[in-house]
Amino acid sequence: MNPHLVSEISIFVLAVFLGFEVIAKVPTILHTPLMSGSNAIHGVILVGAMAIMAGAHGPLEQALGFLAVVMATINVVGGYAVTDRMLEMFRSRTGPRRGAP
Amino acid sequence: MPLTSGAALLYLLAAVLFIWGLHQLSSPRHARRGNLVAALGMVIAFGTAIPALHHAPINLVLMALAILIGAPVGAVAARRVKMTAMPQMVASFNGVGGGAAALVSVVEFLRAPGGGSVGLVLAIPVVFAVVIGAVSFAGSGIAYAKLQEWMRGTPITYPGQQPVNGAIVLAILVLGVLLVTTGVGPFALLALLLLSLGLGVAFVLPIGGADMPVVISLLNAFTGLAVAGDGFVVGNPVLIVGGTLVGASGTFLTKMMSDAMGRSLGNLLFGAFGTVLVSPQAAAGEGGRSVRSGSAEDIGTLLAYAQRVIIVPGYGLAVAQAQHAARDLADQLETRGVAVDYAIHPVAGRMPGHMNVLLAEANVPYDQLKEMDAINDAFRSADVALVVGANDVVNPAARSTPGSPIYGMPILNADQAKTVVFLKRSMRPGFAGIDNELLYDPRTILLFGDAKDSLTKLVAAVKAA
Repeated sequence: MNPHLVSEISIFVLAVFLGFEVIAKVPTILHTPLMSGSNAIHGVILVGAMAIMAGAHGPLEQALGFLAVVMATINVVGGYAVTDRMLEMFRSRTGPRRGAP
Repeated sequence: MPLTSGAALLYLLAAVLFIWGLHQLSSPRHARRGNLVAALGMVIAFGTAIPALHHAPINLVLMALAILIGAPVGAVAARRVKMTAMPQMVASFNGVGGGAAALVSVVEFLRAPGGGSVGLVLAIPVVFAVVIGAVSFAGSGIAYAKLQEWMRGTPITYPGQQPVNGAIVLAILVLGVLLVTTGVGPFALLALLLLSLGLGVAFVLPIGGADMPVVISLLNAFTGLAVAGDGFVVGNPVLIVGGTLVGASGTFLTKMMSDAMGRSLGNLLFGAFGTVLVSPQAAAGEGGRSVRSGSAEDIGTLLAYAQRVIIVPGYGLAVAQAQHAARDLADQLETRGVAVDYAIHPVAGRMPGHMNVLLAEANVPYDQLKEMDAINDAFRSADVALVVGANDVVNPAARSTPGSPIYGMPILNADQAKTVVFLKRSMRPGFAGIDNELLYDPRTILLFGDAKDSLTKLVAAVKAA
């Protein structure tokens, strides 16, 4: 039995609780940026794809690993960029401006 | 794959930054910083992963090449996409993430000693990641197609759909159990992958286009879980933490979104089965029902002499990129002493918060954007409810018609205003594909045309009134 398995399961369980707690009070206005931001975070699969590439033997594994890295990179880069774009809108909110002259 | 303690600590740091960043993302003041904090975590995780590749230089080059391809694709797509198409973009990034997660497990499975037959401990997370990752990939693709309007938005059902879906799920379960308990080889895994792709499609097909945002949120959570599964497969805690964070928070967010729509999640995901849906033909202005249409001049006068106007923006406003014209109209009305507010339904546009983002882009002052609960009582005292490119969010059927797909959804009380003005492109039904009785109400006036055009004409008309 994998000696790390127990600690990995513990981490998983704690992370579940954290996941719920951490976004417990999110206003509706932020639902979409939050979804986009967490979308970017699961792009961490890139690390997994890199691990795959590290040990890839033979063309099949290399091809699949290559594809995984491309896809994961799109997830990461695109995810953070789109979230940042959405959140840019919130920056100019510190003082509401009435536009009428 | 054992990690050095240095690497493990760095991954822990990355995970902490993810947690912190995600937390900040749920607060309006710190949201943007939260995204940057999470991005920093990603950079650290990425940097920590690189050294493992140093003894496989060819693979390192391949990886670098893959990143050089993926990064610009992601960056350009994210920068170029119009805000109106933003939900589909999130769907596509989620889909590729899910696909990557499935692939990682596939490769680990193939690499395991024993030529593709693996022990229980590895097999369970592998099967999990492959199934969930593939479902997310395929499901996101369908969500993209529905939002991009490459497929029709109404739920797609066919006779025997439930047994077919049931059979797919059963086959997946059987294969999964086989893979986990016996030594079946890679072809079983391939079959599992293909079936899971099929399930992803089958799962999203019968869900209405208007519900796609909730589906995307759910698939986002799925991808997170698949990534967490890969964390067990590869033995990397940052994948477990990052993936589980997204899985848990995504599930919670999905529930919050469906609550905002006033629909139970079960009804949303599985409700189309066996129900008699109003066909689009019957919905689209049944031959000969008359509506009261007006000219911009008439409506402009109506608006100019009103005391209070409430603007209800919807997807049509977003599509026509009319948010600036709407703001111009509001400004004009205010110089005439009319009180103007925007009533934002939680699911106006395509996703919660979507309309707020669009209007913020047009520099509409924050305090004019009113959430549904805050403004709903005010419609009674409003002279005009100006509905721009919205339809389902003001459809009284949600209150009165138990058989309707939108029954139970909280709506904006536009029908309580003294006059309702609809700005619409045509009589085509809204995204839910059903008819809206309010359009035929004698107090309602329709102004047909592109939202931006119509609003610009109204600005001129108000100036002249």
